[in-house]
Amino acid sequence: MSIKAKFRFQTCRGFDSMPALHPVRPADERDLIDAITQAAERGQSLQVLGGGSKAAIGAPTDARRLDMTGFCGVVDYDPPELVLTVRPGTPLSEVKAVVASANQMLAFDPFDHGAIFGVGGGAATIGGVVAAGVSGSQRLSCGAARDHLLGFRAVSGRGEAFIAGGKVVKNVTGYDLPKLAAGSWGRLFALTEITLKVLPRPQMAATYVIAGQTPEQAVKAMALAVGSRAEVAAAAYRPASRTDLSLTALRLQGFAPSVTARGAMLTAVLSGYGNVDVLAEGEADAFWQNLHTLGSLGGDRPLWRVNVPPSHGPQIVRSVQTAVADWMFDWAGGLVWLATDADHKFVRDAAASCGGHAILVRAPETVRKDVPAFQPLSAGVAALEARVRQAFDPKGVFATGRF
Amino acid sequence: MSLKMPVPDEAVLARRNDIVAALRKIVPGEGTIDDAERLRAYESDGLTAYRQPPMVVVLPETTEQVSAVLAWCYANRVKAVPRGSGTSLSGGALPLADGVLLGLSKFKRVLHIDYDDCIAVVQPGVTNLAITHAVEGRGFYYAPDPSSQIACSIGGNVAENSGGVHCLKYGLTTNNVLGCEIVMMDGEILRLGGSQLDPAGLDLLGIVVGSEGLLGVVTEVTVRIRPKPEMARALLIGFSSVESAGKCVADVIAAGIIPAGMEMMDRLAIHAAEAFVHVGYPLDVEALLIVELDGVAAECDFLVGEVQRIAQANGAVSLRISADDAERNAIWAGRKAAFPAVGRLAPDYYCMDGTIPRRRLPEVLERMKMLSQHYGLGVANVFHAGDGNLHPLILYDANRPGELDRAEAFGSDILRFCVEVGGVLTGEHGVGVEKRDLMPVMFSEVDLQQQQRVKCAFDPELLLNPGKVFPKLHRCAELGRVHVHQGKVPFPDLPRF
Repeated sequence: MSIKAKFRFQTCRGFDSMPALHPVRPADERDLIDAITQAAERGQSLQVLGGGSKAAIGAPTDARRLDMTGFCGVVDYDPPELVLTVRPGTPLSEVKAVVASANQMLAFDPFDHGAIFGVGGGAATIGGVVAAGVSGSQRLSCGAARDHLLGFRAVSGRGEAFIAGGKVVKNVTGYDLPKLAAGSWGRLFALTEITLKVLPRPQMAATYVIAGQTPEQAVKAMALAVGSRAEVAAAAYRPASRTDLSLTALRLQGFAPSVTARGAMLTAVLSGYGNVDVLAEGEADAFWQNLHTLGSLGGDRPLWRVNVPPSHGPQIVRSVQTAVADWMFDWAGGLVWLATDADHKFVRDAAASCGGHAILVRAPETVRKDVPAFQPLSAGVAALEARVRQAFDPKGVFATGRF
Repeated sequence: MSLKMPVPDEAVLARRNDIVAALRKIVPGEGTIDDAERLRAYESDGLTAYRQPPMVVVLPETTEQVSAVLAWCYANRVKAVPRGSGTSLSGGALPLADGVLLGLSKFKRVLHIDYDDCIAVVQPGVTNLAITHAVEGRGFYYAPDPSSQIACSIGGNVAENSGGVHCLKYGLTTNNVLGCEIVMMDGEILRLGGSQLDPAGLDLLGIVVGSEGLLGVVTEVTVRIRPKPEMARALLIGFSSVESAGKCVADVIAAGIIPAGMEMMDRLAIHAAEAFVHVGYPLDVEALLIVELDGVAAECDFLVGEVQRIAQANGAVSLRISADDAERNAIWAGRKAAFPAVGRLAPDYYCMDGTIPRRRLPEVLERMKMLSQHYGLGVANVFHAGDGNLHPLILYDANRPGELDRAEAFGSDILRFCVEVGGVLTGEHGVGVEKRDLMPVMFSEVDLQQQQRVKCAFDPELLLNPGKVFPKLHRCAELGRVHVHQGKVPFPDLPRF
């Protein structure tokens, strides 16, 4: 009962438009195996890319590009099974449209990084957002890419095609390699097919806001809301600007009678924290969209994604107060988007002191050359990570120096 | 029984007294057990068809002791099998005759609870239900609820990636764990994940969860806790065919509803359960569906109406809606007693655990009927209908020669068919020893070798819980060196050692 036949995938790029020789763009798994095997034999490395929307993350590399956009299209989608199997080069926008047509969603809320790098949108692929572990505001309540990747097919650095996981929503057969795939950034293998769990799209959403809170008050209020029975789907905070008061926003979603009842509950729970208002739909959309485009953190200051336990969010922004900084909280304070000139050591120490870590998302090449994208791991964990990488890629085909 | 465990190493068995003495230096007194009588208590887990007393049991109380025990075993090439509460249904904690059984039962403390960050930090021996007990005073709970939750430990849940009846909505263990402290086979102590949502590097925690005790020994776990839903209501719906019950399940999900739980029972299971607990299950139906909805009252009321409408549209022949928690518990009582109830129909039963795409349910049940006749053994079905996780219960009598073997063959055929229709060998019980030899049904040799290379990254000497999960354990050196390309081994005539 697959409905794949309904979709034509006009956005899958044809092979007649194949660019110059430098990037390799396999058309099928056979090509991909050849490309990887050849690279291994020649001691070359390959950087796995989808649409390239996140190509400016990580250290600059001259590794040959392995363009995966040839792996495109939905393989199987049966909405009542809550399972979608898709090729990784399929544009994210296309996948979102397909699941939306069945009133479903990618619950981990992936988004296109194009806007963050000022290169427009539409380039991101589903394989790219999964491999980068990109999860949006809804990650707070629905989980991350790693929680929704059920299975995959891939070609390892050994040039071997293999599968892992499954194509059903509940499975514990063998090691959960999909967890490694999500957030692997192309360092282990090249995905050729991915199976995702999809969920029903909420019938409605409403965003409740409190204006004028300090970061500390906001994080307290968000913790209270998240810990209440109002079932908060997303919780974020935009600090005050020259023209606007700060805004603490809590999104409720689901069936209409439920959202209404939970809205009243939320208003009561937060009564001690200020006036709770409902944001108009357009404003609400703009607020949450801004957490994907980060338009309000514009400029060319280095941009960090700081992961901490939610209650520590304010400590991060207080510690960079001496530097010029723009920032926002998502995930109830657990994710701090931070645009700052502060020294990288300073940001990373601040994250580490809260038990978290900081990812350098956007910075000039001169900075990225020296400052790694990921927070350095403890020696033991770093050694284990290296051994796990070797298990998939003994010759370092995917070790491009980018991460 | 067809399943063979690795042949015990005579040289290790000959050193038993020295090994016990060395371990006793690390974990003194009662913490090291070597007398035959007391070892027998550890000879099996929830998969009782397999029994093997361990060489010695150690019950450390600190991470440092766990580390010292494993480091000593590593240095002396002695195998180790970790064990939580011993409730695994797949033999994950089955001891080895030449191995140390490392019990984590003394790690019983809840270390830290942070309600603002919605986390609890606990030791691995804390039971699943004890986490909920520790936080329920503040209106929180720990969501994964395997049926053994009163006894099973969170460490075991991490090893097995345990589920439960509510995991369609709330996820398995892996979706509810943020971090852990793990001791590697060589004694090294590492922290994976943390108290924040996203990991700093590769999601190594993600592969440790569900690794069935083959990658490391977990000594501390950070879990996410959630606010307990305001209320829950259940519907008990009877259908005159399995097909219409299955269609109802698909329609509920297509309507955008993810119930907290959605369970199905077939005729034999319904009758067995009713005869056992007398909760008023209808006996003139072919399939019974329990749909539980939770959340705020307004949501429960609304969704009960929606599910009722969908059930009626699918020709429900009986429908009961819980008015209060007592009635809801009564509706669940039959389902929760289904295993022991079916157990009364025959001296023994064997519980299977495949998952299938739900749309294939009718043909899978049809195949089970045929197999049941072929093997001359009865089968009752309870089914986590929401996520397609089947629990066929095969009835047999272990005292009749050959019947256990027949039951196992029947079970294997069911699981093979699950894979054939696009499903998997195990939805929540794990591979362990039970499904180990079926792994090639689902995975090619290349797939399995890739998983084993991950094992090698954690445990290069293959000393931690060997004999589980993988049908054939390749030496890590062999996996690392020989490059099998497209099935062609280079220089196939050369002997390799």
